[in-house]
Amino acid sequence: MTTLSDPPKGGFRVSILINDTRYRSYTFQFIALIALIAAFAYLGSNLLANLRAAGLNISYKFLSEPAGYDINQRLIEYTSQSTHFRAAIVGILNTLLVAVVACFFATVIGIFVGVLRLSNNWLVNKLMGVYVEIFRNVPVLIWILIIMAVFVAVLPQPREFRGDDATASMFLDLFAFTGRGFYFPRPYFAAEWATGAIGWLTIIALLIASFFGARALAKSAAATQEATGDRPTTWYFTLAIWFVPLIAACVIMGLTWELPELKGFNFRGGIYARNSFIALTFALSIYTAAFIAENVRAGILAISTGQTEAAASLGLRPGRIMNLVILPQALRVIIPPLISQYLNITKNSSLAIAVGYMDVTGTLGGITLNQTGRAIETVLLLMAFYLIISLSISAVMNVYNNSVKLKER
Amino acid sequence: MTDTNTTPVAFVRDAMLAQKTPPVTNAGIVGWINKNLFPNPFASIGNAFSCLLTLVSLLIIYKIVAGALPWFANGVWDTPSLAACREVLQGVTGGCFSVLTERWNQLLFGFKYPSEEYWRPTLAFIGLFFAAAPVLFSKLPRKMLWFTAVYPFLAFWLIWGGTILVPVMVAVGFIVGYFVFAHFEKQSFAMGLIGSVVAAVVVWSFAGYITDPLSGVLALEPVPSRDMGGFMLNFILGVVCVSLSIPIGILLALGRQSDMPIIKGICVVFIEFIRGVPLITLLFVANVVLAYFLPPGTTFDLILRVIIMITMFSAAYIAEVIRGGLAALPNGQYEAGGSLGLDYAQNMRLIILPQALKISIPGIVNVAVGLFKDTTLVSVISMFDLVGMIRGPILASTEWNGVYWELFGSAVVLFFIVCYGISQYSQWLERQLATGHR
Repeated sequence: MTTLSDPPKGGFRVSILINDTRYRSYTFQFIALIALIAAFAYLGSNLLANLRAAGLNISYKFLSEPAGYDINQRLIEYTSQSTHFRAAIVGILNTLLVAVVACFFATVIGIFVGVLRLSNNWLVNKLMGVYVEIFRNVPVLIWILIIMAVFVAVLPQPREFRGDDATASMFLDLFAFTGRGFYFPRPYFAAEWATGAIGWLTIIALLIASFFGARALAKSAAATQEATGDRPTTWYFTLAIWFVPLIAACVIMGLTWELPELKGFNFRGGIYARNSFIALTFALSIYTAAFIAENVRAGILAISTGQTEAAASLGLRPGRIMNLVILPQALRVIIPPLISQYLNITKNSSLAIAVGYMDVTGTLGGITLNQTGRAIETVLLLMAFYLIISLSISAVMNVYNNSVKLKER
Repeated sequence: MTDTNTTPVAFVRDAMLAQKTPPVTNAGIVGWINKNLFPNPFASIGNAFSCLLTLVSLLIIYKIVAGALPWFANGVWDTPSLAACREVLQGVTGGCFSVLTERWNQLLFGFKYPSEEYWRPTLAFIGLFFAAAPVLFSKLPRKMLWFTAVYPFLAFWLIWGGTILVPVMVAVGFIVGYFVFAHFEKQSFAMGLIGSVVAAVVVWSFAGYITDPLSGVLALEPVPSRDMGGFMLNFILGVVCVSLSIPIGILLALGRQSDMPIIKGICVVFIEFIRGVPLITLLFVANVVLAYFLPPGTTFDLILRVIIMITMFSAAYIAEVIRGGLAALPNGQYEAGGSLGLDYAQNMRLIILPQALKISIPGIVNVAVGLFKDTTLVSVISMFDLVGMIRGPILASTEWNGVYWELFGSAVVLFFIVCYGISQYSQWLERQLATGHR
């Protein structure tokens, strides 16, 4: 006797592979795997055949050959005799430079605009709305090109700074804004032992030490408050911890500023930021700031007014309500989209190629690709670089999300 | 003694007083200005700050208007070149809008599309509205969907030209495939799917024997796709890639949600890879790498390769949006479908996807707007879309070298109109779809 609920016994039939739910998923996955392998084999064999026909091969040897081209904006030593690999590194550093600077300014502008959009002032509110809509609805490439064209056309050329009847002048004699780029004063250390990297490393070490010192101070103040109920006044100690060692170090190492000076037809000295860098950074900042403003606005609106009222009824002052109640909750909503906007800035910085800024897309994916003809290798390396950046930023975001998410049981 | 009558009676009002008008500072336009623009600056720091902001805003608006107004008012609309325009202006501030009147067709259609055929893409563009309308607005008569179904083939014929038999045979392939699917679907969804694909491929492979000898039937002048350009190219890329990527995105999202590890793995790797790299590198792939992976001897159109890569790009983003929609559905929906005895395909088609897609529509529209903006990137790989036309043929020409504001301004206006329109539609749709319970 068998009961009805017993699974049907019997031998293996082909149809159970597709009809029996116990085996079906294995069948499908097997088919998918075979299809995937077949597709890759097909593409691979095409690739090999095409490479053979063109007399090429896959090789990364070109990375160690001299690049033979110049890069006009570089953060590390580079000459046209350096290798393609070094050119790629210069490009990567340029990409990261644009990304970091643009992220900073986009955040500042974005928060500013986002808060102003919630203002009671009708005019400001509408003006910010117009800004956000105009920038969000037009491609970033067009903004980059417009801003580049405006910079070149509107700002004076270095020669206009020359002579007694100069039509342009330097701002406070410290900054020069020209159509070729911006010139800033460059700080350096005059003391002999502190020139170069050592001086800057000392400053960084001091800053880190001050950070921990200030934190220890805040902790001990909090402990006192826990114990006695009174929070000791610490702000001047904190200021001293941050600034006294820093100023002392600067004086000892002899901090001096190298000012940009007009020599011949161009400025010399100081920090020179090319117009392509400025235009790209500025365009990416104000474009992304429009998106960040919307995120900030949404984050603040997401906190119900009940939270503000509850905090007020506990007797907190407006500043403390913002710091202790609203911001911690709003940040949970704001930060994840903010980080993905940072990711977008990094990816959009590849549009540098449109204004001739030498980022990694311009060096590795541009000139190196054209000179060596190694399309597959360079594009693969390029993708790998962006992929690593994106994946590490998403990893950071996941860590953050896990740390701030509502702890539910 | 009764002298109650002599006690004075307190005043009692027996008629309502007429309502007083509110103080002039609180009502009407003055009140509005007091409240919204210039709150009493001595009352609080916030008010003073608000007044300051108003003044700054007014200054900004004045600067913009003062700069733009004479530029528009003195604009020159009918000169053959920039030099002639500057001569007309005589040093007065004014825009040389004549570049737009002279090159308008190039901005819209590119510089190679035969000018006597401009009516064809124009007609296709007008048709797009009628094709999209029943999809976008559910209140329109459902019969219009027939036009939507025909539209892709019609638009292909209009834009690329050639005999009408080619799109007709492609359509026949789809129809045959659909009937085979409908026939086998009752037995098994998978059987129907495989059968329909086989039937369609069979039809398409035989279609060549019909279209080749009859290439003159209802033929328009064929236009090769490398002649496409201008805003038309942005539109073609945007519309084609978004419509192709929605079904692919749905499949990827379902694959990523599935509990089969290999299929899930494939989908996750694909989505994360595509989302991790900038579109420009994918366009490099389309431009220089993709040819290596195709069978030796075949040459794909650049526009087709670009469509493949952009479709993959937007499919990954749409997959993530739809995955969000799937995750937002309560588990009870999946279980309820299962308990009714629906299998996976039926459950997805009838229960899950209609709800999940409804939630994801605003996200999909956002992706579509982003993608439409990103189509300008093709100018980097030397295709002549709107931006490519401006940077390449127009700014490089001797007549118009140096006209930036007018050209880029018109590009800004064109993109703004389209993207703002779509995002307004998305917000309207969100309000329509809000069913009250979330």
